[in-house]
Amino acid sequence: MRLRFIIPAVLFLFLGAGLVYALVAIQSGKKDPSAVPSALIDKPAPEFSLPAPEGFPQGLSTADFKGKVTILNVFASWCPPCHAEHPLLLELAKEAKAGGFQLVGLNWKDKDEKLAAWFKEAGNPFSHIGADRSGRVGIDFGVYGAPETYIIDRDGRIRYRYAGPLTSERLRDEIRPLVAKLKR
Amino acid sequence: MIPELGHYALVLALLVAAYQSLAPLVAAARGHAAVMETAVPAAQSQFILVATAFAALTYAYVTSDFSVANVAQNSHSAKPLLYKITGVWGNHEGSLLLWALILTLFGAAVATFGANLPPALKARVLAVQGMIGAGFLAFMLFTSNPFLRLDPAPPDGRGLNPLLQDPGLAFHPPFLYLGYVGFSMAFSFAVAALIEGRVDAAWARWVRPWTLAAWGFLTVGIGLGSWWAYYELGWGGFWFWDPVENASFMPWLVGTALLHSAVVVEKRDALKSWTILLAILTFGLSLIGTFLVRSGVLTSVHAFAVDPERGIFILGLLLLAIGGSLVLYAWRAPALRAAGAGLFKPVSREGAMVLNNLLLSVAAATVFLGTLYPLFLDMIGGGKISVGAPYFNSTFVPLMVPLLAAVAVGPMLAWKRGDLEGVAARMRIAFLVTVAVALLAVGLAGDWTNALAGLGIGLGVWAIAGALVEWAGRIQLFRAPLADSLRRAAGLPRSFYGMSIAHAALGVVVLGITASSAWQTEVIKVVRAGESIQVASYTLRLSDVREARGPNYVSQLARIDVARGGQPVAVLEPEKRRYPVEGNNTTEAAIYTTWFADLYVVLGDPDEKGGWVIRAYHNPLVPWIWGGAVLMFVGGLVSLSDRRHRVGAPRRSAAAEPATAPSGTA
Repeated sequence: MRLRFIIPAVLFLFLGAGLVYALVAIQSGKKDPSAVPSALIDKPAPEFSLPAPEGFPQGLSTADFKGKVTILNVFASWCPPCHAEHPLLLELAKEAKAGGFQLVGLNWKDKDEKLAAWFKEAGNPFSHIGADRSGRVGIDFGVYGAPETYIIDRDGRIRYRYAGPLTSERLRDEIRPLVAKLKR
Repeated sequence: MIPELGHYALVLALLVAAYQSLAPLVAAARGHAAVMETAVPAAQSQFILVATAFAALTYAYVTSDFSVANVAQNSHSAKPLLYKITGVWGNHEGSLLLWALILTLFGAAVATFGANLPPALKARVLAVQGMIGAGFLAFMLFTSNPFLRLDPAPPDGRGLNPLLQDPGLAFHPPFLYLGYVGFSMAFSFAVAALIEGRVDAAWARWVRPWTLAAWGFLTVGIGLGSWWAYYELGWGGFWFWDPVENASFMPWLVGTALLHSAVVVEKRDALKSWTILLAILTFGLSLIGTFLVRSGVLTSVHAFAVDPERGIFILGLLLLAIGGSLVLYAWRAPALRAAGAGLFKPVSREGAMVLNNLLLSVAAATVFLGTLYPLFLDMIGGGKISVGAPYFNSTFVPLMVPLLAAVAVGPMLAWKRGDLEGVAARMRIAFLVTVAVALLAVGLAGDWTNALAGLGIGLGVWAIAGALVEWAGRIQLFRAPLADSLRRAAGLPRSFYGMSIAHAALGVVVLGITASSAWQTEVIKVVRAGESIQVASYTLRLSDVREARGPNYVSQLARIDVARGGQPVAVLEPEKRRYPVEGNNTTEAAIYTTWFADLYVVLGDPDEKGGWVIRAYHNPLVPWIWGGAVLMFVGGLVSLSDRRHRVGAPRRSAAAEPATAPSGTA
């Protein structure tokens, strides 16, 4: 019976360990995204076809991946880190126009009107947006949460996945080199 | 010279805090009455010293002394005086100083007004307060000294983040800290009780006013924060389940549970070790909240003072304070249960309080998981991500449904054994009214299929109706002569009024949240000067957009004439501001409010053809959210003014059933 009084302290021990770990990981700046490789790496992207959110011209489906290198960003208007990475996506969008790849978005569990309000203000970096209102396509991709970024090659195969907001270092060190390689 | 004085005062305060955290504790263990008493002047002088430091920093801000690094980084000579003053706590170092100021203020208040506390308990409580104070003062002096000088001094400062130059946000941190730090009192009392090995009704009566005050301040703080997000971020929403918001919401949830369980300890001598645990957790969550916000381990839209280096120190404090107290709890709490705990049936006032505690703690746990899930994912290698609103809506909201259903009937149940059938009979009319209003609301909105919105409205009305029915029953309204009823109404304890107001206020908040989430209308359109848009029953005509100039910003100011049924009702002037010093833009929404809805207009970007993007929202009942929060605070104040807090706690030996308080009030 007395054991139950120890439970809070034990739970807190785990929490404390987690917090220390998180802080140390942030400070050392070391995180290995491949530690959670997507089960889908080098596999074809799941089949889907999604309409565009209300007010956007182009929906998104698996067919759009054929013949083009694609960066797919999973995002939502309710997600603060998505707002944080948004300027980098706008930068990428400019490169996409000139650079022969496409930047597309999977709008995950979002409301069309919230998205429209946000993009009206902040700008739309995507050439295609699929409205995944129920999150069903996200399940097929194995999405943990927003934001996530995938790179898909010309044959429609997933070659890269990163869970978390993009940073300029990640663009420089991982995403741009891989896109350049896949374009060749 | 003055900043050095402030720095020196902080060093002295740390020394006093170090003394205060040790000497009274040892003296209490050995029974040295004279040494125990030294905790009182120690707590008082600690407050005076920190207040001196705070005054010194404020002086540096008001006089724009840019040789002080903190002022140079966060202020600017062109800033309005109000924001020079609030800029003192609009940054990391200054907000810590504010935190320490409030902490020592509360410590000094216990020392000064706690004459009726048993000397050993008072000495121990002040010692624990001293430890927390020492921790924060050391944090400030070693990692975040606000008094560091710059040589040479820059000609002007860098300015304050314009998002923070706002009256709502200027007073948001002080209230939040009054809440967070107020919970440190409950924490200190809990730890002192664990050291003493004694929790009784008298203890609960001393703890409750502190918890109540802290809870009230935190309510206002959260309300101000959400109000600020509503009108300043320009998204028309009031709550984003952002980590920073959750950080203040979790202590509120657990603090609310503590508020209720402390009543059970006071009245019925039950739930003791649980109450102690809640007191520790409430303050623990306040510290965790501070850590999350300050360390940058979670991504947030509000993150403005992020520095992982300092995170280590807060984490150390957190582990020491909460880890230490939980170990103490594991060791000492089993002994607390020995005294004959009051027994009760599941259907009883105690049972209702247990249900309240269960739902609130589980709700806090779901918010905690949702907030920290990204962090734990981070640990196993993913990045920082957000589970966001969909998660919280599907986990948190269902927990609130039974809570709201119970909040109306809980106070009607008697202690020990309640009569559910009697309550059902009393609530029959209220139930019919609830259903009728819910149907009416859904019908008025023309939204018949929206069962969830109907449920939300019904629950809000139910909570208000419950409070009214219980009040009517207590004063025998319509059953006794009116004069008799009025006399009874005047005689009811203030704690009863406080509780009723707070419970009804919760209903008001729920109505506001439900209506504004379910029936918001949004129109986004490009319009040119002279053109109109239609939102709900209002016609908005853009008359012009012109350049305007503020004290430290330039802005584009739109003038929009609002008419309803052909009659002009208001002129709205939404703004886009640019702050040249800070290089930032903000949107200032313009809001026309009736008591029942807000018309909310934001000026977007111009297009190439002379048009402007206008976003307009009609938010029904949204003012009730903040009105309800203020009402909750009022309820807290009224309860705080109850006679039993003023006449002081009973002697410990006679603590079982105080004669002055009518039984059955909370």
